[in-house]
Amino acid sequence: MNAKGQRENFIDIMAGFTVYTGKYLPDDVHAKLKELREKEDSALATIVYDAMFEDLRLAHELERPLCQDTGVIQYFIQVGTGFPLIDQMEECLVEAVKKATVLGPLRHNAVEVFDEKNTGNNVGKRIPWIDWEIVPDNDEATVYVYMAGGGCSLPGIAKVLMPLEGYEGVVKLVFDQITSYGINACPPLLVGIGIAGSVEVAAKLSKKALLRPIGSKNSNPRGAELEARIEEGLNALKIGPGGLTGENSVMGVHIEEAARHPATIAVGLSTGCWAHRRAVIKFNADMDYEIISHKGVVL
Amino acid sequence: MKTKILTTPIQDEELELLTVGDIIYLTGYLITSRDDVHQRLIKQHKQLPVDLAGKAIFHAGPIMQEIEGQPGKYRVISIGPTTSMRMEKYEKEFIRQTGLKLIVGKGGMGQNTAAGCREYKAVHAVFPGGCAVLAANCVEEVEQVEWLDLGMPEAMWVMRVKEFGPLIVSIDTKGNNLFENNKKAFNLKKDAVVEEICRYVDYLE
Repeated sequence: MNAKGQRENFIDIMAGFTVYTGKYLPDDVHAKLKELREKEDSALATIVYDAMFEDLRLAHELERPLCQDTGVIQYFIQVGTGFPLIDQMEECLVEAVKKATVLGPLRHNAVEVFDEKNTGNNVGKRIPWIDWEIVPDNDEATVYVYMAGGGCSLPGIAKVLMPLEGYEGVVKLVFDQITSYGINACPPLLVGIGIAGSVEVAAKLSKKALLRPIGSKNSNPRGAELEARIEEGLNALKIGPGGLTGENSVMGVHIEEAARHPATIAVGLSTGCWAHRRAVIKFNADMDYEIISHKGVVL
Repeated sequence: MKTKILTTPIQDEELELLTVGDIIYLTGYLITSRDDVHQRLIKQHKQLPVDLAGKAIFHAGPIMQEIEGQPGKYRVISIGPTTSMRMEKYEKEFIRQTGLKLIVGKGGMGQNTAAGCREYKAVHAVFPGGCAVLAANCVEEVEQVEWLDLGMPEAMWVMRVKEFGPLIVSIDTKGNNLFENNKKAFNLKKDAVVEEICRYVDYLE
């Protein structure tokens, strides 16, 4: 395939995959929701879970976005320095979003700041948001698609704590935010926490925590233990699906961290709703792809 | 918990029979109204292009698709509720000025809206969040669109719906507030849970 053909091919696959992300939940989220649904027996929780699974069925049958809020499109990319399209990644992903918006169709979700105009094609200043990780001595690319909906972005917060507030301050901030804003953000939520030395690092890590598969653990034993304790604690509040009370509150709690400054503990919080549309695709240098998040799927 | 079908124009007497936690289905007119529509009426004093008296509004920003060969005619692809709390600031006044009877959204609303529901006889009910294709399936026809200059999510989409639901009553005409009650219950448990976790996080050397 020549370079132009490769570029067009990549754009088409990414447009199709972005559309796909809005229609089908990833395997891990689907499995977790099934597990949580089986634990519920109250009337309201049952009605809400029934509605959710009926929605997933209809979205599949009618091939439509399962939630109308297809979000601001964010791409988290891990690109090998030898990946043939590395220089064109950004323009290719912008093109893919334009195409996906028509193909999906996706909702128009890019409003220019200050001008306050919706661009109508999901492309705007710095949007789609692209987060780069460069992988040396490698010719592959892994792309995470994340649809950042408004509802699940609303509970987001980041703050720098004084060290003497300690990790207790982190725990308190998470619980305060989930019991106030979180209940309106389509629980059961996936909770992402970033801990670092400054606010932007903590915030970014909190979103990266949401990209980890449900059930995965923090690499530090203390981190993994804290994840489990916060998950158990949030579930003990029995927020339930839709905040209407139930046996559980969350699909999981993930923490990602960076070494902090001695004088600061920064904490970031991001939440994913039950319709956590996060999808992962991996390309080799020939543009052959494998979909990681939805096993066995071919576009 | 009761289950009931409401038909527009909705009468006060029907609403007064409802209590938080009841399940309702809506037949008739449902019109999307979210942040910008509230802002235009209440803050900018613009006249609404749609009469909402006796009808239902939907806190929602849909995906609509223009039907090929029929310019200006749309079909709904996906339309779930959006976070109602965003409209809290203006909702009481919005109820008063429009005479709407049912607010459909997601998550709770606050004291201001509860007061509006009590004083002007209206109800806030939630559609299960994210269930946007399920909701779209209850829409019979998109009859008209107004204020499309606000963009697809913020425009006023006038829809005729049939047994649109399930809708869970979250604020009734007595001003009872399901989510505020739930919030209190969550907060009552919270401090003990946080304290328990904090026994294990004394990592500082």
